Amino acid sequence: MGSRSSFSHSLHRINQSYGCLAMLIIPTLFLVLFYAEPVLEIFKKSFTISIINQGGIKTWQTIVSTLGFTTWQAVLSTFCTLLLGLPAAYVLYRYKFPGQGILRTLTAIPFILPTVVVAAGLNALIGSHGWVNLILQQVFHLDAPPVHLIGTLSAIILAHIFYNLTIIIRLVGNAWSGLNPKLEMAARTLGANSWQTFWRITLPLLRPVLTAAVILVFLFDFTSFGVILLLGGPQFATLEVEVYRQTMSLFNLPLASILALLQMTATLGLTITYQFFASRPVPLVPADDRENQVKPVKASQKIFIIVTVIVLVVLVLSPLVSLAGRSVYRAEGDRGQRASITTGFTFDYYQALFTNPRMDLFYVPPVAAIANSIKYGLVTALISLILGMLIVYGLRKIVRGRKVIDALLMLPLGTSAVTLGLGYVIFFNKPPFFLGGSQWLIPMAHSLVALPFVVRGLSPAVESIPRAFRQSAATLGASPLRVFWQIDLPIIRRAVFSAMVFAFTISLGEFGATSFLTRPDYPTIPVAIFRFLSQPGGLNYGQAMAMATILMLVCAAGIIFFEQSFFLVQKGERL
Amino acid sequence: MRQRNVILLAILSILLGACAPTPVATPVQPVAQQTLRVMTHDSFAITAGLIQKFEQANNVKIEFTKAGDAGSLLNKALLTKDNPLADVIYGVDNTFLSRALNNDLFESYAAPGLADIPSVYQLDPSNRALPVDYGDVCINYDKAYFKAKGLTMPASLSDLTKPEYAGLLVTENPASSSPGLAFLLATIDQYGDLGYLDYWKQLKANGLVIVNDWETAYYTNFSASSGKGPQPMVVSYGTSPAAEVVFASSPITESPTASLVGNGMCFRQVEFIGIVKGAKNRALAEKFVDLMLSQPVQEDIPLQMYVFPANSKAAIPDVFLKNIQIPDKPVTMDPARIDQNREKWLEEWTNTILH
Repeated sequence: MGSRSSFSHSLHRINQSYGCLAMLIIPTLFLVLFYAEPVLEIFKKSFTISIINQGGIKTWQTIVSTLGFTTWQAVLSTFCTLLLGLPAAYVLYRYKFPGQGILRTLTAIPFILPTVVVAAGLNALIGSHGWVNLILQQVFHLDAPPVHLIGTLSAIILAHIFYNLTIIIRLVGNAWSGLNPKLEMAARTLGANSWQTFWRITLPLLRPVLTAAVILVFLFDFTSFGVILLLGGPQFATLEVEVYRQTMSLFNLPLASILALLQMTATLGLTITYQFFASRPVPLVPADDRENQVKPVKASQKIFIIVTVIVLVVLVLSPLVSLAGRSVYRAEGDRGQRASITTGFTFDYYQALFTNPRMDLFYVPPVAAIANSIKYGLVTALISLILGMLIVYGLRKIVRGRKVIDALLMLPLGTSAVTLGLGYVIFFNKPPFFLGGSQWLIPMAHSLVALPFVVRGLSPAVESIPRAFRQSAATLGASPLRVFWQIDLPIIRRAVFSAMVFAFTISLGEFGATSFLTRPDYPTIPVAIFRFLSQPGGLNYGQAMAMATILMLVCAAGIIFFEQSFFLVQKGERL
Repeated sequence: MRQRNVILLAILSILLGACAPTPVATPVQPVAQQTLRVMTHDSFAITAGLIQKFEQANNVKIEFTKAGDAGSLLNKALLTKDNPLADVIYGVDNTFLSRALNNDLFESYAAPGLADIPSVYQLDPSNRALPVDYGDVCINYDKAYFKAKGLTMPASLSDLTKPEYAGLLVTENPASSSPGLAFLLATIDQYGDLGYLDYWKQLKANGLVIVNDWETAYYTNFSASSGKGPQPMVVSYGTSPAAEVVFASSPITESPTASLVGNGMCFRQVEFIGIVKGAKNRALAEKFVDLMLSQPVQEDIPLQMYVFPANSKAAIPDVFLKNIQIPDKPVTMDPARIDQNREKWLEEWTNTILH
């Protein structure tokens, strides 16, 4: 009897794990087709193609020093981002105060902005004729602008914080608001002070999510491209920059491939190492996140909130505001002939977006660009959510080799955009696909980049579902689907919506790999921005800023849309 | 629903056919529309009507692909040579010409339109790459700045190393920017393989600012642009002063900038079109090349792409004539020499000037 029941039990388990493996078929196919094959293809091509005239051989020394700088700036940037991100996550997700929702949305916007626009925004702010320098010069009666940030390592780090702060805020904040407050209360009751509670209770509970957020931020910094080129300047080069340079301007494909492989190996090595320090999530009784949000009462709490908000406003909001400001403010050179032109507010730049005075075939109507951007964003959110769910649930029962699989899933983030973009171009332009010009390759590439975020965001949430909940539901006769619908989904819902926001924003802002795939008949908002900035003239500059402002609005609208549907679902559940 | 419509339509057409006074003739089979794939760099722009007219006249749909800058364009074309992405490629310039030709990318086509194009631009004697347009890379300066300071304009490359111009020039990294490369080539032309690095060292000692791309140089560093940067001189295009007038945010008649066109200071870029080897429809590809060299398109080019038409019969717009300074002796360099030395020069320059 006993042996029979254990036999049927193990049969059941085998069945279950096969079920889990079956879930992985679609994601595996996706990753093979849209990642492994194109990447292999470009590497194969790079080492066999004989393009006449190849660049000189770089010494190992320069390769190693590039790797060194890449790692160093990424470590510094990640550390600083974490340092600012943790208090920000706490304030934005654990306290209740007016303007908090707007602030949450706004901190996500930098993530999607093309670097060329951010560089312009930062220049208007901290450039030699930017607001900060002008004010400092006025106040302290200085002859020369005192702040010289652009073209330094500090500018790189600052820009990385600006871009990636939202990763920490969103991932950690969401987890924080889902922690059961009773645990912290219990610790306090037992005599722990607030620091002890944080170190001994909160931090260990947050660690899985914290690890995930840190890896993601690190990888974004590690493979940084636009920030290094535009804000760092020519004296700085990461591996990603070097891969681009070797491919695009020196045609040294073998060396470019070696560097790209190095970047991938480093990514894999770092994530695997990191994974071994990460702890498994502790199953928790889920909390209603509104239970967790308190109004600040003590003066110290109020000061903490005010200081954090000020830091966020200065760091994140001011470049955005200065950017949006330039889209409605005419500020031509105030010398010579232009002295007669009054500077002031104008909607000319927005109006000009809707005209095509040159009757250019490639004119980008703003509405079409917005529609395309939103379309790609939504498709990306949907695809990556489905794939991410399948992966997270499929991997749940797998214990051995799990960490390696987790690390492998991060590889697309560590893969050079040049490698991926050219890989797509070559692979999909061949038989049997002939998809060279298909617009649907773009959301596929976006989903590939978004997938690590979705998996990282969902996985800790799914793992934190107490097993007892599922078991009792199953015992009471609920089908697996019903268990998912009524037990799992309510618990992981916040993570699901957060994952969709990430996927959507990644799609809006990604312009690395997809710049190789864009088609002039399906322009997106970033494409339009680049078109304006490629020619001289105040009108072009103003239109680029106007388009960038539109991009910010679309992003904010998208986030609000997902947040609202989250609250709708939540309300529906409660009825 | 849709199916029902189809059935209705079928019945209706049968009825109509039965009622028709004359027996229905064998329906005229419309010739299937063909597709011509054209790959260009991102800066390509053209008046929509010109393409529509061509499409109608030849019953063809042109599918454009934009492949980044001239370097990325060539790169993509070479990597997909076995399964070409396009039938026609426009936008390979003289700095990349030899690479395209040596790698056997194009088929030759002696277009009739070449008759109107000066031979100086016909850099490929076997007509695999045909010149479409040209433009100069020159230093633009902020007129107001020079006037206010009472500075005279530098008249040669060597003037730029003088102390009065210290810290006034911004240029682009030649390894990542096409105007940056053009300016480097101008200095190599003047100072030679052996001397150009010394010249650059002097420039650097005189406060030269180097950024990675034209967008940053122009919009962030240049004082006469909307970015109001610190440098009143920028390595840009000879046509930029005209663009400043056309794209001014409030109407102006005189450009706030002008180009320095002293001997040896400007490098002339020529852009080419070519029929890709193995093009699916050679006859249509030829027609498209003819279109690009034709007078209407050549006259459309200046205000669309801010370059000069290669066809000497094409009229130049007024705003160009009034605001653009044309160098007497622009620098040209044998494409083969550029191709043989590009990587060497870039490596040397990077190692000496950047590091």
